[in-house]
Amino acid sequence: MFLINCPYCGERDQQEFKAGGEAHIERPKQPTELSDDEWAEYLFMRKNIKGVQFERWNHAHGCRKWFNMVRDTSNDEIKAIYKMGEKPPTQ
Amino acid sequence: MTKNLRVKSSEYIDETNRISFKFNGKTYHGFKGDTLASALLANDVHLVGRSFKYHRPRGIMTSGSEEPSAIVQVNPGTNRTEPNVRATEVEIYEGLEASSQNCWPSVEFDIGGINNFLSPFFPAGFYYKTFMWPASFWEKYEFFIRHSAGLGKSPTSSDPDIYDHRNIHCDVLVVGAGISGIMAAKNAAKNNFKTLLVEEKNELGGSTIYENNEFNKIDNKAPSEWLKKEIEELKNIKNLEIKTRTSVAAYHQYNYLLARENLTDHLEAKDKTNKIRQRLLKIRAKKVILATGALERPLIFNNNDRPGIMLSSAIKKYSEFYGVACGSKNVFFTNNDSAYESAISLYNKGINVEAIIDIREQSESKIVKKVKEAGIKIYWSHSIVDTTGYKRLNSISIMKLSNDGTSVTGSKISISCDCLGVAGGWTPAVHLYTQSGSKLKFDEEKKVFLPNKDTSEQISVGSCGGDFKIDEIVKNLNQKLKDSLNIKETDLDNIKVEIDQENSKRNIWLLPSDKPLGKTKPFVDYQNDATAKDIKLALREGFRSIEHVKRYTTTGMGTDQGKLGNMHALGIIADTAGVKMGELGTTTFRPPYTPLTFGTIVGRNVGKFFDIFRRTPMNDWHVENKAEFENVGQWKRAWYYPINGETMHQAVQRESKAARESAGILDASTLGKIDIQGSDASEFLNRVYTNAWSKLAIGKCRYGLMLNEDGMVFDDGVTTRLGENHYIMTTTTGGAVNVLSKLEDYLQTEWPELDVYLTSVTDHYATASLCGPNSKKILKKIIPDLDLSDENFPHMSFKETKIGNIQCRIMRISFTGEHSYEINVQASYGKDLWEKCIEAGKEFNITPYGTETMHLLRAEKGFIIVGQDTDGTMTPIDLQMDWIVSKKKYDFIGKRSLYRSDTMREDRKQLVGLLTEDPNEVLEEGAQIVSELNQSPVEMLGHVTSSYFSPNLNKSIALAVVRGGKDMMGKKLFVPMENKNINVTVANPVFYDEKNERLNA
Repeated sequence: MFLINCPYCGERDQQEFKAGGEAHIERPKQPTELSDDEWAEYLFMRKNIKGVQFERWNHAHGCRKWFNMVRDTSNDEIKAIYKMGEKPPTQ
Repeated sequence: MTKNLRVKSSEYIDETNRISFKFNGKTYHGFKGDTLASALLANDVHLVGRSFKYHRPRGIMTSGSEEPSAIVQVNPGTNRTEPNVRATEVEIYEGLEASSQNCWPSVEFDIGGINNFLSPFFPAGFYYKTFMWPASFWEKYEFFIRHSAGLGKSPTSSDPDIYDHRNIHCDVLVVGAGISGIMAAKNAAKNNFKTLLVEEKNELGGSTIYENNEFNKIDNKAPSEWLKKEIEELKNIKNLEIKTRTSVAAYHQYNYLLARENLTDHLEAKDKTNKIRQRLLKIRAKKVILATGALERPLIFNNNDRPGIMLSSAIKKYSEFYGVACGSKNVFFTNNDSAYESAISLYNKGINVEAIIDIREQSESKIVKKVKEAGIKIYWSHSIVDTTGYKRLNSISIMKLSNDGTSVTGSKISISCDCLGVAGGWTPAVHLYTQSGSKLKFDEEKKVFLPNKDTSEQISVGSCGGDFKIDEIVKNLNQKLKDSLNIKETDLDNIKVEIDQENSKRNIWLLPSDKPLGKTKPFVDYQNDATAKDIKLALREGFRSIEHVKRYTTTGMGTDQGKLGNMHALGIIADTAGVKMGELGTTTFRPPYTPLTFGTIVGRNVGKFFDIFRRTPMNDWHVENKAEFENVGQWKRAWYYPINGETMHQAVQRESKAARESAGILDASTLGKIDIQGSDASEFLNRVYTNAWSKLAIGKCRYGLMLNEDGMVFDDGVTTRLGENHYIMTTTTGGAVNVLSKLEDYLQTEWPELDVYLTSVTDHYATASLCGPNSKKILKKIIPDLDLSDENFPHMSFKETKIGNIQCRIMRISFTGEHSYEINVQASYGKDLWEKCIEAGKEFNITPYGTETMHLLRAEKGFIIVGQDTDGTMTPIDLQMDWIVSKKKYDFIGKRSLYRSDTMREDRKQLVGLLTEDPNEVLEEGAQIVSELNQSPVEMLGHVTSSYFSPNLNKSIALAVVRGGKDMMGKKLFVPMENKNINVTVANPVFYDEKNERLNA
């Protein structure tokens, strides 16, 4: 059970949060210009990395804010947490 | 005839408090302080159970939670009965009853014992290999297997006890209250860390508390005396909470631990009532200090499982702590010095020790010399090759070990004995450590897995960290505490420790016998009857991974999780396969460390607290008027209102007719409601709904369909424009939470530039939906001042007004196809509003209707229900709702997906109406649809999604999804059922009032 440092509320139990999949996948600005393959790439294709992964999380039972998390999926170490719109940390 | 083996009074046993208890129906006596195991041993009862597979007689092996064999059913036949309880952990109380498991008719005479003699026919994987064919016979095999297997019986009536959960936050959690745990907790608390010390037993001190070895001294005192003084001092320390009878079950990441606190299991029945039985502690600790100790391991030799064969350390604890001699002719079998300490302990209490069999060539420590002086015979370089005694050990045979330890030589010596203590070295209890995600490393010298890479703020101290000698323990504990807690001084700085302990050890995982392995029974997992033979067979059959060998042989898969034998299994695999144990790794230790009751896991969340349920403000009226309820999400919704013993069908037919002929009223409070405000509210709606919203006038309503980005229908509902920058959106009852989440997600992550604010107001409003040709007259009676003319208040429009002095919002919208109004008031006025409508509607026979009638009425109109007629694979085009998809809008959620090659296929499943040839035949929802009857196999074209008998049309109607259904209008299809085939015709899904004339009726 993670202890997640919500950027708006501070450290809270994982039970309060909802995971939202891979981060930094921007919705295309002009979907109609995209081929089926390009649209499918946005729509369906997600990474499933063993190691450092960038994820979206939502403080669903708290402030309801979305934020980003860098997590090592092999040992669940949370390496960084930052707000939506902020640049991911370079490591 | 039972003898009393109580040897000498112990300070932990209250001999003034005699307790009677029953085991297998027979009454025995023990004392306050006894466990079931110690009390049985004092009565010379060793045979307590039968093994799982071969039904071999088994006795008490240990004195703690690692017990594999002495598992019993506590209080059989009562609603408090519990199976698989370790007799070593049950504290006796007046009236306790316990019985053996795995045996029939009794533990003394068990018919299943025949399996023992058939055992050559039960190798590893026996069940997998034998009951595979013919496949159809499995059901018959299963019946017999299920009857002869099983560990204990679950209670058949509900649990009378209360369970609880509690959250605890602390700076330091110390697990285990042996010498290391006590000193760690004491020093942490003294340095102002808020500290919690938990111990699974009911007393503190671990094994040191009865450590009276004369060669070991702490500050010139016996270790037990010294530790008692330290424990006494704990009472005066602030910041320290101590919980005994509390076992840590799980150690999750980020120092989140679950522990079970046992509060009443040791009390008499009369003292258990109205008390919390067990409490699950959810502990979040800044630092965790593991002081879980070490478990002694047995030795693996032929017939090493007979009642009377125990761990050497257990024999010592029974003697020192409980004052019980486990036998009158004791022998020890060892590979290290621990057995000598046990032997001396017995000797000092006047208990007879016949001999010590040591596989080592020699040892020169003081304790060994003392054993020699005591005249106890030591057989160096010898091993036990066999044992005898079916229900109780009566002799052992020993032979000389070869130099390489793989065979035995010379002549066989038989030694008569009734108790054998085995000492195979110590295994650090690293279970919790690995559960936390931390990694182990194999120590070749000590032959144990030790903590290596910590992943959270934690330290392992004492023997679970690999320090087995008191001087090492104190020294390393001191340093680890200073480093971990960042403190300069501790109570351990000036402690003087003198010890005489030798680490010499000869490790042989599988001891040889004079017989070939195939003719022997060297048990590795006592509970699951897995032998060294089975493990070797698994390797011969090609299993290599330790996880596979475990599952194939079931080694380590019992309720004890193989706490005693897992290391031997690994050792035997490593030796046989010729790999190093460190490379082999261990199997995964999974929570819980010891079994948890279901009661502890669920806590208070039972019965009506199992899940949240939500009731509408009108709920009391529904109850008073005998409504039947159905669960919709978490809501309790009125389903139908039977009168005079009506069936559901009869009630629904009546309600449906009344709603169309005069007036009906529905409690629609459960619909999700989201208040949307902000200067970009219209643009936001444009992006989330498929249709256009910019031009919706203030005071008007519009139906909207929401898609997922993949183009599939996600939710629907009516949204009303209350002001220039203010809308109220309604969602389906079940979809409310997900819709809000989705809207927030897009707003925060994709379109943060939009000035939009969302607020869930579902619970803030109560909604009564008034429908039918007389609804207008009824509303007029309630709000006489409001102009209800079609000009002033047309269909799909909104009025904000008052009923008396209560503010209300009225939408003229319809889910039934009738002229209808949805009246919203503040939730607390909901019942008042409802009663006003009922009163005003009396003269029009206003009929309350529930969700079932609502579903029927909308099906007559061909209106979909998201989640019933759709299943996450339906686009609006599939639903024949092309009209709601804007062609002009550049983008909305899901738009691009509607032009994918797959979503544009003509032969997708599409929503159609179905009419049965026989108008009285009502289809079953979910029934499959085919176009050919005399063909096999036949393609399933689709299925029925909604089906009713319509009283207003006087015929059966159904909605269905059918492959290519759009172009099948009028085509005859079939619905094959178990006993008949139903002829159906594809029809327009709008069955009733196709021209929508009734909306303005």
